[in-house]
Amino acid sequence: MDSLEQLQSSLIDQVAAAADLEALEKLRVQALGKKGALTQRLKTLGSLSPDERREAGQSLNKIKEAVNAAIETRRGTLEEAALEARLAAESIDVSLPARPAELGRIHPISQTWEELVAIFGEMGFSVAEGPHIEDDFHNFTALNIHEWHPARQDMDTFYLKPAADGTRKVLRTHTSPVQIRTMLAEKPPIRIIVPGRTFRADHDATHSPMFHQVEGLVIDKKTHMGHLKGTLTAFCRAYFGVDDLPLRFRPSYFPFTEPSAEVDIGCSREGGELKIGPGKDWLEILGSGMVHPQVLANCGLDPEVYQGFAFGMGIERIAMLKYGFPDLRIFFETDLRWLKHYGFVPLEPPSLVRGG
Amino acid sequence: MKFTLSWLKDHLETEASLQEITDALSMIGLEVEGVDNPAEALSAFTVARVKEARQHPNADRLRVCIVDTGSDEVQVVCGAPNARSGMLGVFAPVGSHIPGTGITLKAGTIRGEASNGMLVSEREMGLSDEHEGIIELEQEAPLGTPFAKAAGLDDPVIEIAITPNRGDCLGLRGIARDLAAAGIGTLKPLDAAPLPGGFDSPIRWQRALPDDQQHLCPFVSGRYFRGVKNGPSPKWMQDRLRAIGLRPISALVDITNYVTYDLSRPLHVFDADKVKGDVTMRLAEPGSEILALDGNTYRLDETMVVIQDDAGPEGIGGIMGGEVSGCTEATTNVFLEAALFDPIRVAETGRALGIHSDARYRFEREVDPNFVLPGVEVATRLILELCGGEASHVVTAGEVPAWDRSVGLRTARIASLCGVEVAADRQAEILERLGFAVDTSGESSGERLEAAVPSWRPDIEGEACLVEEVLRIHGYDAIPEVDLPRETYLPKAALSTGQRRVAAARTALAWREMWEGVTFSFVSGKEAALFGGGEAALHLDNPISADLDVMRPTPLANLASAAARNADRGYADLALFEVGPQYHDDSPDGQATVAAGIRAGERRQRSWAAPGRPVDAFDAKGDAEAVLTACEAPVANLQVTRDAPGWYHPGRSGVLRLGPNVLAQFGELHPRVLRALDLKGPAVAFEVFLDRIPLPRAGRQKPSLLKLSAFQPVARDFAFVIDEDVPAEKVLRAARGADKALVSDVVLFDVYQGKGVEPGKKSLAIAVTLQPRDATLTDQQIEAVAQRIVQQVASATGGTLRG
Repeated sequence: MDSLEQLQSSLIDQVAAAADLEALEKLRVQALGKKGALTQRLKTLGSLSPDERREAGQSLNKIKEAVNAAIETRRGTLEEAALEARLAAESIDVSLPARPAELGRIHPISQTWEELVAIFGEMGFSVAEGPHIEDDFHNFTALNIHEWHPARQDMDTFYLKPAADGTRKVLRTHTSPVQIRTMLAEKPPIRIIVPGRTFRADHDATHSPMFHQVEGLVIDKKTHMGHLKGTLTAFCRAYFGVDDLPLRFRPSYFPFTEPSAEVDIGCSREGGELKIGPGKDWLEILGSGMVHPQVLANCGLDPEVYQGFAFGMGIERIAMLKYGFPDLRIFFETDLRWLKHYGFVPLEPPSLVRGG
Repeated sequence: MKFTLSWLKDHLETEASLQEITDALSMIGLEVEGVDNPAEALSAFTVARVKEARQHPNADRLRVCIVDTGSDEVQVVCGAPNARSGMLGVFAPVGSHIPGTGITLKAGTIRGEASNGMLVSEREMGLSDEHEGIIELEQEAPLGTPFAKAAGLDDPVIEIAITPNRGDCLGLRGIARDLAAAGIGTLKPLDAAPLPGGFDSPIRWQRALPDDQQHLCPFVSGRYFRGVKNGPSPKWMQDRLRAIGLRPISALVDITNYVTYDLSRPLHVFDADKVKGDVTMRLAEPGSEILALDGNTYRLDETMVVIQDDAGPEGIGGIMGGEVSGCTEATTNVFLEAALFDPIRVAETGRALGIHSDARYRFEREVDPNFVLPGVEVATRLILELCGGEASHVVTAGEVPAWDRSVGLRTARIASLCGVEVAADRQAEILERLGFAVDTSGESSGERLEAAVPSWRPDIEGEACLVEEVLRIHGYDAIPEVDLPRETYLPKAALSTGQRRVAAARTALAWREMWEGVTFSFVSGKEAALFGGGEAALHLDNPISADLDVMRPTPLANLASAAARNADRGYADLALFEVGPQYHDDSPDGQATVAAGIRAGERRQRSWAAPGRPVDAFDAKGDAEAVLTACEAPVANLQVTRDAPGWYHPGRSGVLRLGPNVLAQFGELHPRVLRALDLKGPAVAFEVFLDRIPLPRAGRQKPSLLKLSAFQPVARDFAFVIDEDVPAEKVLRAARGADKALVSDVVLFDVYQGKGVEPGKKSLAIAVTLQPRDATLTDQQIEAVAQRIVQQVASATGGTLRG
């Protein structure tokens, strides 16, 4: 049986020495193939007695198993080595930049607009809009701003060319005409905000001929000035993200509200940096008041029955304060460098519940 | 409105600090815009005596002075010619900052003599340009006293914003009255009792206004002063006028300005010797002219009130006096004017002539009609005191119009309108402090009070005004913050579908690598015309510039110009969009919302992975379809036609429509437009008309039920040769329609012209996906569908299967 042992050790040595998968396969055929050495040996078993046959068969089968196992082990090793070699050959320079693709950006005005909707929406306000080209009635007269009123002269109104009858349309100087349109069209309770474009004939470092305002209007039978304070306090704290932001309501004058109030928020300017929050200084950010009884009457609402408040503020102004944009005029320049720097990613609309 | 603290205290007896006063002003509606105390910059400078001044041993022009500062003696080298022993001057110690030179003083030696500080000139103090010598104080003051105090400069200037309803606070007295009502001191009495005149005025007032325009100047009063001497006004008056930014001129003119700011009572003084005959309030002769006190000549029309004598107009009523009859230093006889003018007419005249004057500002906001004669008496005292002379009897014309009226206030209204309880007697007290005469004796006493409105408050019109008066003095701080109760527990949708689509369009375009701009609603006439606009009705009557004088026909007009501007800055490859208004006409419905965009230059910047490529019309088509998809338009059902408007390239543009309803247009911009805007191509653009996209039917739409097939789809490719002018869409439609149940997708993957395809033809290759529903397709079934596809395409387009 020496020769069997020799055969086994010889085959196993050869398997271990196989240089590659091809050589290994060749060996497998030589040993275990139809005409392979072991197969040939197994074929000779028929000539033996049953006892011899059983013994020899067992021996041969053991050798066959051992050789088979050696081949599989060697195959695994060689395959692993081949994969290693392939991977090494396939390596790339991962420092190359990805294929160019950029996410565009949302303009700060739009972002702020959506933030306003998110906060006031939670308070039950819906968004109303109206035409930018207005008539005298909606922009002025119905709001208690008569032709001769000094407030009207201060507004630097843009007019369109006179019509055949001599009347001139105006570019709305504020979003307040939408108050009038809403009150004329809907029955209270009314609870709206009106973000939108407004126009004044003024162009310098701090004025743009077009800018945006947001108007608020609440009309029902019981809303009073305490609600105005509560609403604007909640808004300012949510918008600026300062829970203890102080607000100051000062008496003022607008033709379409009475009593009227200007609203300041607290700030500090220590070290030359403006910080919104509790501090020594105040920043004026909006005008407000209880809707003037004459304005209610102009809209067919009985001031003895209905009351409510209105407010208005500049969207650019609150955006500049919140995000620190330094210059107003460049908002409307469509300067790609500015849009890329100050724009907002279009991932999700602002939302109080999402913390946006 | 500017004033100084000491001036305020002429009217207000108070112990309150400056801070308390300014805080109170803001909180009662007189918003403080600034406080400037000139003494702060001068705090280091004190009164000192030059004890001894001797010649500097080493310099002809210098003197060595021993200065007694009151607490110390210091040596100072001084170059001023007027430095001499015994004089009282102003000393700046070492370490102090000299405002006029910006230098901080150090101890030093000048040509061998020690110098520890400085004796300063007015220019060095930043007070004036005077630099002839050092300041010489005339009045005795204890050594060491702060200079600002000794010179009367320790008087803070307060500037407040006056809202248009508060004409009464355009005078110090009104401000003091409001402060007193708010508990900051008490209002001092004003001496305006009549002073008897000594003779009849040689000049008399006449009124010659049309019967229906008597209100333009209902009342005028005046007084003649003879034997006056018109020199400079006294220092205290000059100081106050300068502090608020006025230039002292002469005692008579200064008095009129002073009373204007002190009592909001505009006055005018004529040199009586230059007035010809009586003076008449009348409407101007059309075309007459007046040389006004500002040195300009104004042409008047028949709507303007003038003060006219026999020589012509001598003043523009309520606005400005005339130069010819104005007072000068030589004036010895004066005629004083105090009148009432109609606020509206003053405003119109002032606007028409472009004159802004202190008088106009006050008359426009209404002056106290009952204060004309007291104003004359106050002015009389000042003229006699400062200029001497003798006053005539007062002359008047017309009548003070009735101003008495009262307004009711239900005392519960404060709480119901403002959410704060203020006791009825407190309400009455506040109104009385403001000058209202309050009657609480009526039938429903305690529930309602009747307030007689003082003559200086024409702005008080109704109950809401009284609510505001009570509350602003009581304090807005007392109003509680109350949560606005919700009408429903959870908020309802804040946005309509149309409003949501604006945000959807914006987001879709930003995701397509575009940048959002917000641009002006107006453009130049040239830009408007390029984009189909510029109708006369949409031109501005008063544009701020010719570049911004027409309402835009499309946001694309602004974006195209913006693209050119960015290219000029070196950013030629760009993608901009805006979702904003376009204007068709000036009616409320003449405005629509458009999502517009422009791409220029390279669509993708070249990279190692792929070459760059120029933008083309299909980028814009993709943008338009992305917006339409985001806005839930039925994109698969849209037709494409070739009738885009003139600002697009006629051969490289299209319109996406639902029948007659144009939802969008896209394509290359017309070369003519590019040239006009100086924009280098290629540039492509699109416009999607958001308002025209059909709204979903009411109620939440459910998607149709999905049936998933258990059987493998089969793909087959076809290439057709068709005439080159046949739209590809026809081939796609024909293939889709060949078996609607089986064909689930058709993709055009190649368009080819060239070798192997005869001229005038093109080859379109499509991949058709067949999705069986009930059983695996047999070869015969596939072949049958393929045949139908070939037939359908052939009959729709004349195309044949490419061999």
